[in-house]
Amino acid sequence: MTNSIASDLEPVGTPGPVRIDSPVRRVAKEFVEDPVAVVGLVLFVLIALIAILAPWLAPQNPYDLAQLDIMDGGLPPGEVSFGTGDTYWLGTDQQGRDMVSAIIYGLRISLVVATMSLGIAITIGTVVGVTAAYFGGKLDSFIMRIVDLQLSFPAILVALILLALLGRGVDKVILALVIVQWAYYARTVRSSAIVERRKDYIDAARCLALSNRRIMFRHLLPNCVPPLIVVATVQIAQAIALEATLSFLGVGVPITEPSLGLLIANGYDYLLSGRYWISLFPGIALVLTIIAINLVGDRLRDVLNPRLST
Amino acid sequence: MTEPCIIEIEDVSRRFVKELDIAERTARKLGADIAPQTVHAVDGVTLRVRPGEVLGLVGESGCGKSTLGRMVAGLLDPSDGRILYRGRDVAGLDGAEARDAALKIQMVFQDPMSSLNPRLRVREIVGEAPRVHGIVPRREVAAYVEEILEQVGLDPMTGKRYPHQFSGGQRARIGIARALAVKPDFLVCDESVAALDVSIQAQVLNLFIRLREELNLTYLFISHDLGVVEHISDRIAVMYLGRLVELGEATDLMARPNHPYTQALVAEIPTFETGKRIYSAIEGEIPSPLRPPPGCHFHPRCPHAHDRCRVEVPTLREIAPGRLSACHLNDEPVRRPAATTEAMEGDRP
Amino acid sequence: MSRLLEVRDLHTHFFTRDGVARAVDGVSLSVDRGEILGLVGESGSGKSVTGFSILGLVDPPGRVVSGQILFDGQDLVAGGEGALRHLRGKRIAMIFQDPMMTLNPVLRIDTQMIETVRAHVDVSRDEALRRSREALVAVGISSPDERLQSYPHQFSGGMRQRVAIAIAMLHKPDLIIADEPTTALDVTIQAQILSEVQTLCAEAGTALIWITHDLAVVSGLADRLAVMYAGRIIEEGPTSRIIAAPMHPYTRGLIESVPHGKRHGALLSQIKGMTPSLLKLPSGCKFRPRCPRADDACTPEPPLEAARPGHSVRCVHPHTESRIEVPTT
Ligand SMILES: Nc1ncnc2c1ncn2[C@@H]1O[C@H](COP(=O)(O)OP(=O)(O)OP(=O)(O)O)[C@@H](O)[C@H]1O
Ligand SMILES: Nc1ncnc2c1ncn2[C@@H]1O[C@H](COP(=O)(O)OP(=O)(O)OP(=O)(O)O)[C@@H](O)[C@H]1O
Ligand code: SF4
Ligand code: SF4
Ligand SMILES: [Mg+2]
Ligand SMILES: [Mg+2]
Repeated sequence: MTNSIASDLEPVGTPGPVRIDSPVRRVAKEFVEDPVAVVGLVLFVLIALIAILAPWLAPQNPYDLAQLDIMDGGLPPGEVSFGTGDTYWLGTDQQGRDMVSAIIYGLRISLVVATMSLGIAITIGTVVGVTAAYFGGKLDSFIMRIVDLQLSFPAILVALILLALLGRGVDKVILALVIVQWAYYARTVRSSAIVERRKDYIDAARCLALSNRRIMFRHLLPNCVPPLIVVATVQIAQAIALEATLSFLGVGVPITEPSLGLLIANGYDYLLSGRYWISLFPGIALVLTIIAINLVGDRLRDVLNPRLST
Repeated sequence: MTEPCIIEIEDVSRRFVKELDIAERTARKLGADIAPQTVHAVDGVTLRVRPGEVLGLVGESGCGKSTLGRMVAGLLDPSDGRILYRGRDVAGLDGAEARDAALKIQMVFQDPMSSLNPRLRVREIVGEAPRVHGIVPRREVAAYVEEILEQVGLDPMTGKRYPHQFSGGQRARIGIARALAVKPDFLVCDESVAALDVSIQAQVLNLFIRLREELNLTYLFISHDLGVVEHISDRIAVMYLGRLVELGEATDLMARPNHPYTQALVAEIPTFETGKRIYSAIEGEIPSPLRPPPGCHFHPRCPHAHDRCRVEVPTLREIAPGRLSACHLNDEPVRRPAATTEAMEGDRP
Repeated sequence: MSRLLEVRDLHTHFFTRDGVARAVDGVSLSVDRGEILGLVGESGSGKSVTGFSILGLVDPPGRVVSGQILFDGQDLVAGGEGALRHLRGKRIAMIFQDPMMTLNPVLRIDTQMIETVRAHVDVSRDEALRRSREALVAVGISSPDERLQSYPHQFSGGMRQRVAIAIAMLHKPDLIIADEPTTALDVTIQAQILSEVQTLCAEAGTALIWITHDLAVVSGLADRLAVMYAGRIIEEGPTSRIIAAPMHPYTRGLIESVPHGKRHGALLSQIKGMTPSLLKLPSGCKFRPRCPRADDACTPEPPLEAARPGHSVRCVHPHTESRIEVPTT
């Protein structure tokens, strides 16, 4: 009986009028069609690798005071160390710290702060957004009021006030960034989840008496990922810039763990005295990082946006 | 002696309140006469489904078929009335009992694409619920899924693929496999073949017919296509604007439709014609469920409407054994005979 | 004597990332004044693309690759966009499945209709309004004056479709191409629209190509049927012949797989397999993997040949007997 039904089928491997590419493959294929985006991606991977491998790549450990030689203070790019004879390709700062090393480590701190805050903010935002969309009604309106309220204040202002209250510190900067950023993720996830929520596969899962948690996180959430990726790339660039701003203003990371923003701030005082390199090179590193991320993000948005593709 | 019913729908209603948008709320605050609108999607429907039968549910778009089906499947709560599964109100059960009852009633959806989670492989779509609920031991899930896929006519080897790698007809089968995997005894099929090509539709209808025999299933088969419903159903219920207007044994209802709306539906089923057909349809548009006409909902389009129809809602009552109809004409036999013959024969010269 | 529209060996291909989709691959058909041609086929068989090709509305990556489209003796493919712009909306009109493809949601009906009239003929606003009103009455819209001042969203689906038909009829075109205009509508509304179209075409002598996936719907409407499969016409002939004695195994399968009251509850006869992907068509006859009569003679692909006067079929083993069941009327 069942055999006769099975025999109606085409042999495996000819699945009708559909393409066999998995969604990920399709996105990857389309992504590489834009050379500018590929350059951005390569640049970003390079920057991330440099940050991760900092202890092995940097010529010196800029925080090990023992390695610093005050005699080398304020050397312009290309000068040679008095002590070791090494070349300081990007010069040194007041304390004789090699700028190459300082930037590599600064990059590391900037990226750690940004990714940590991104991770936490995404987690909170996703849970909140999916919950709001799945249960809807009063809970949804309540959550979205809070989100709207949060988003109506300028992020920099909120972060400044928080840090003024909390004091400096990497953990505190991360906390401030999470607080100003979770709402973006919550709103993004909710708006796509609310569309997915109405699709029949969610009703089918409810019919199968699967638990709400399972439906929310195994069925609903994975289908809300594409817009989340786009927002995350935009927001990570934002986070890096915001952290740099806060550190530049002196309320961000402590002196002992200088990020790119703090490096720029440190060199700021010497700009007028002609020692441009102390601020300029960290600034270039910061701009390159943000541009690389934005290039990737823009392309991802084009590729993942269902209205532009298909 | 009435036989026990598998599903009893007792005077069930479902209302949706259409919330005002911002512009309307503002206008209202400024004194405009705008109130949130209420849609009576389902309005006092009573239906009994017997074990092993196929009950067809037909009606025009927006008449509340899906809403009723979703209430039966437990996806929506009725605003009024209750739905009993084997004599028990499912809404009143708790814990494992509620879950078991819920699993016994499954739904097969219309859109074969949107009803499958695009991120899950087929074996996960079909196997998840049996595994999570412990219907089969964890180690046997893979074999069980293959067995079910085979049962619905899919190659078991295709279990590792994603839904987008299947054709429409195969996706419909996956949806059916998913429902069958939790061993239900009642299936709500909501337009389950409507999205399929004609040649594929027959394959899936045949599958429904076979599965019913093999697994002793009961169906609530929802469709706007009376031709399809007639073919597969034992009894047919006809809805119009949220109300049940006629119910009867399938062949009998098709042969002798009593309600003027059913008569129109039967007359307009597209059939193969070898000569040109002169189309002449019921006048008027389907009224909006937001503002249903008073009295008999059908009166603005009914060729036999008279004064009473405009004020008094006709009640659904038994007009012959096993046949219910809600039309005032049944109280006024004088008007009846001429009306029936005209409606039945006027369209097909 | 040439017919109003003659399509000869039309090829419209889509050049996609995954290969060339030959959506229309050698279609020939014709219609004459006052004639209704039903173009039938399953989803993806190329019906809409055929219609779009005639109107020159194929968008990239698609392109009419070769073939002739002779409208009243004039070749639209060779004539290019210039020739078409002149005809489109005036002598050839199209009705879409979704009436909102014709209607602009932000404009009132009267504005849209008057614009359409005055786009092709130089008349006063009042005259244009009068013609619009007449057209609405012709498609059975009551209180047209009130309706003219409404916006499309104030209409139901069936009413919107009728307005779209009225707009298509404004210039009393010689040819209307209707692409599944009733698929989204309920049977009772569908019947209403069919009856209106039928009368309008009979009265104005308009030629009509009615595109649909539902053989039953056109069987009562069309004079002739053309059945498409995988970008080709596989059977073509008078409606009564094709319904009573379909020759191609696919056409026959289609007709027999529709549920039919007489066989209540029994298994339906079904066509095995599924619609092929245009990118991976089988060699020889494109229906071969699904055909119960297939054998070695079915490669290479058979041509569309007249099997009886006016009835042609693309098959080496066509059915010659009538269907067993005589259709009920
Ligand atoms: N969630 C909802 N919110 C508001 N109104 C709703 C909702 N669901 C359904 N409705 C309304 O209830 C009415 C009945 O809808 P339902 O989907 O049950 O109709 P249907 O008979 O299944 O129609 P179709 O044939 O188009 O599927 C419609 O007017 C619809 O607009
Ligand atoms: N823009 C496009 N790009 C690529 N392929 C296309 C495009 N438009 C149509 N096609 C291909 O052309 C084929 C025929 O499409 P067409 O729309 O004519 O089908 P149809 O017979 O009208 O089907 P339906 O009943 O679904 O409307 C399809 O298989 C489709 O893959
Ligand atoms: S009650 Fe009146 S209006 Fe309603 S169906 Fe019967 S005759 Fe028609
Ligand atoms: S040519 Fe052969 S395969 Fe094609 S339809 Fe005819 S018999 Fe079938
Ligand atoms: Mg529905
Ligand atoms: Mg089409």
